[in-house]
Amino acid sequence: MPVNSILGVFAKSPIKPLQEHIDKVHECASILVPFFEATVKQDWDEAVALRKQIRKAEQQADIQKREIRLQLPGGLFMPVERTDLLELVTQQDKIANKAKDISGRVIGRNMVIPSELQELFFAYLNRCLDAVYMAKEAVNELDDLLETGFRGRELDLVEKMIHKLDNIEADTDDIQIQLRRQLFALESELNPVDVMFLYKIIEWVGDLADLAERAGSRLELMLARV
Amino acid sequence: MVDVLVTNGPWLIAFAAAFGFLMAWGIGANDVANAMGTSVGSNAITIKQAIVIAMIFEFAGAYLAGGEVTSTIRKGIIDSSYFVDVPELLVYGMIGSLLAAGIWLVVASALGWPVSTTHSIIGAIIGFAAVGVGTDAVAWGKVAGIVGSWIVTPAISGFIAFLLFQSVQKLIFDTDNPLANAKRYVPFYMALAGFIMSLVTITKGLKHVGVKFDTHEAYILSLAIAAIVGVIGKVIIGRLKMSESADKTTHFGNVERVFAVLMVVTACCMAFAHGSNDVANAIGPLAAVVSVVQHGGEITKKAELVWWILPLGAVGIVMGLAIFGKRVMQTIGKNITHLTPSRGFAAELAAATTVVIASGTGLPISTTQTLVGAVLGVGMARGIAAINLGVVRNIVVSWVVTLPAGAALSILFFYIIKGIMS
Repeated sequence: MPVNSILGVFAKSPIKPLQEHIDKVHECASILVPFFEATVKQDWDEAVALRKQIRKAEQQADIQKREIRLQLPGGLFMPVERTDLLELVTQQDKIANKAKDISGRVIGRNMVIPSELQELFFAYLNRCLDAVYMAKEAVNELDDLLETGFRGRELDLVEKMIHKLDNIEADTDDIQIQLRRQLFALESELNPVDVMFLYKIIEWVGDLADLAERAGSRLELMLARV
Repeated sequence: MVDVLVTNGPWLIAFAAAFGFLMAWGIGANDVANAMGTSVGSNAITIKQAIVIAMIFEFAGAYLAGGEVTSTIRKGIIDSSYFVDVPELLVYGMIGSLLAAGIWLVVASALGWPVSTTHSIIGAIIGFAAVGVGTDAVAWGKVAGIVGSWIVTPAISGFIAFLLFQSVQKLIFDTDNPLANAKRYVPFYMALAGFIMSLVTITKGLKHVGVKFDTHEAYILSLAIAAIVGVIGKVIIGRLKMSESADKTTHFGNVERVFAVLMVVTACCMAFAHGSNDVANAIGPLAAVVSVVQHGGEITKKAELVWWILPLGAVGIVMGLAIFGKRVMQTIGKNITHLTPSRGFAAELAAATTVVIASGTGLPISTTQTLVGAVLGVGMARGIAAINLGVVRNIVVSWVVTLPAGAALSILFFYIIKGIMS
C-alpha cells in the first residue's frame, strides 16, 4: 500500500554514501603498502594477489560512485551544491584509479624499488597515504557538519583538517625531491628504461597526495558556498 | 418545500451523521501518516506508541478545541442568504459534500495520493453551491481568504521551523558541549510545546465543555502547565542512559536521544493540532445540516453545536486511525526516513503551532500543508541532507487536483440526492 504522506519528501541523504566511497578509496590505496613490500621481497605471487585486491576495491569504489551519481536526481534540495558533491566524488574516485595504475605498472614491468631507495620510498608512500587518510577524515566529518548546519565549531574543525592535509601534501613534495635526488645519483648503475619508469612511479605515488589534497579543496569549496 | 425537511428530517440527519462519520474516518486514515509520520520515521517513538498518542490527542484536540473552525466551514464558504428560500438545497448539498469528500479521501488513500482533507471538503462545498445554486451563492471573498491561507500558512510554518532549528543549532549543536546544552535547553522546548497546546485548549476549546477563563487566567494556567511539562521533561532526560563511548561517530548521537524525548511531546502536540483543525472538515457540514433541520428550515445566524456532533467526529477520526493507521505506520516504519529527532521536532512543533494559531482565526487550513512548509523551513536552515522537490511538487499538484475532484463529485451527489428527495 503506498503511503500518502509527506515522508517521500525526504530523499536519501547523499552524505553517507559519499563517506562510504572515500572509505573504500582509502582502503584501496592502503593496499599499496603490502603490495610494495611484496615486490621488494620479489614475492610476485603475493604481489599479483594484492594487485587483484586493489583492482577489486577500485571496482567497488566505481560502483559506489555510480550509485551516488544516480542518487542525485535534479530535483533535490540540499544544503550543499549538487555540482560540488558530484565533483568531490569524481575527485575521490581518482585516488583509487591512481592506486590501480601504480600497481598495474609495477606488476607489468616486474619493477623492484632499488634497495638504496627503499627506506625513503616507504616513508614517502606512507606520507602520501596519510594525505588520503586525512581527506577521508575530513569527508567523514560531513554528517556532523550537517548536524550543525555547516557552521561554527564543526566547520572550523574541518578547515583545520584540510589545512593539515595541505601540510602533509607539502611534506610529500619535499620527500619526493629527496627521492628524485637519490635516484639521480643511482641512475648510471640502473637500466635506463627502469629509471624512466621509477621516476614515473615516484610521480604517481605523489599524485595520491595531490589528488587527496584536491579532494580536500573540493570539500572546502563546497563548504565555502554554504 | 420546507416540509420535505420536516417529514424526512430524522433521515437526513442520520445520513448526514453517517457520511460525516465516513469523512472523519477518512481524515483519521488519511492524515495519520502526515501527523505522526515524522515521529515514527525518526524512530523517536514506536508504532504502538504513535497510535496510542494519536488516539488520545487527536480525540482531545477534536473534542476540546475543534469547535472554532467548524463555523467557517458551516457558514463562511457559502453565502447563506441565497439559501433562505431553499434551505433543503443547503441540506442536500452538505450531505452530498460529505459523501463526495469522504469517497474522494478513501479513493486517494487507496491510490496513495497525499491529498488534503481540508481541500477536499472545501472543493466539495464550493462545487455544489456554485453549480447547484449559482455562482453568487459562494462567498468568493471568504474562499479567496481560505485559498490565500493555503499559501500563507506553509510560509509561516516554514518560517517558524527555520527559526526553531536555527535556535537549536545556536544553543545546542554549535557549542563546546552539545550534550550538556541539550539537557539544559530541551526542557524549555518541551515547555513551549506544552504552553501552545494548553493555551489553545483553554482559550478556544473549553467553552462548550462549560468551563470559561478570562485571558489573564488562561495565560497563567498555560504557563503553569508549560512549567509542569518542562519539569517532567527534565526529569525524564536526567534519567536517560547515555552511551558512554564518546567517540566521534556518536558525537551527536546522544544529543539526538535527548531530542527523541522532546519529540514525544511534539508528536502529542501535532496530533492535538491535527484533531482540533481537521475535525471541522467532517463535522462542519454535519452541523449545518442538523441546524437547518432542527430549526425547520430556518437558517439561523447563530447556531450552537449540538452536543453529540463533536464526539462523533472525534470518534470517527480515532476509528480511522486505529483501523487504517496501523498499516500506514508500518509502511512508514519500514521506509527509514533520513530524519533525526532534532529536525523532526522543529518541523512538528512549527506545524502544530501554525495550525493552532490559524485555527484561532477560524480559517480552515491544511495540516499537511503546514507540515510540508515546516519541512522546507528546516531544509532552508540547512538541517536536512536532501529534500526531494519532485515529491513536493507532486504533493502540491495533488492538492490542486483535489479541489475540482471534490467539486465534481459533490455536484454529482447533490443532483442525485435532489432527484431522490423530490
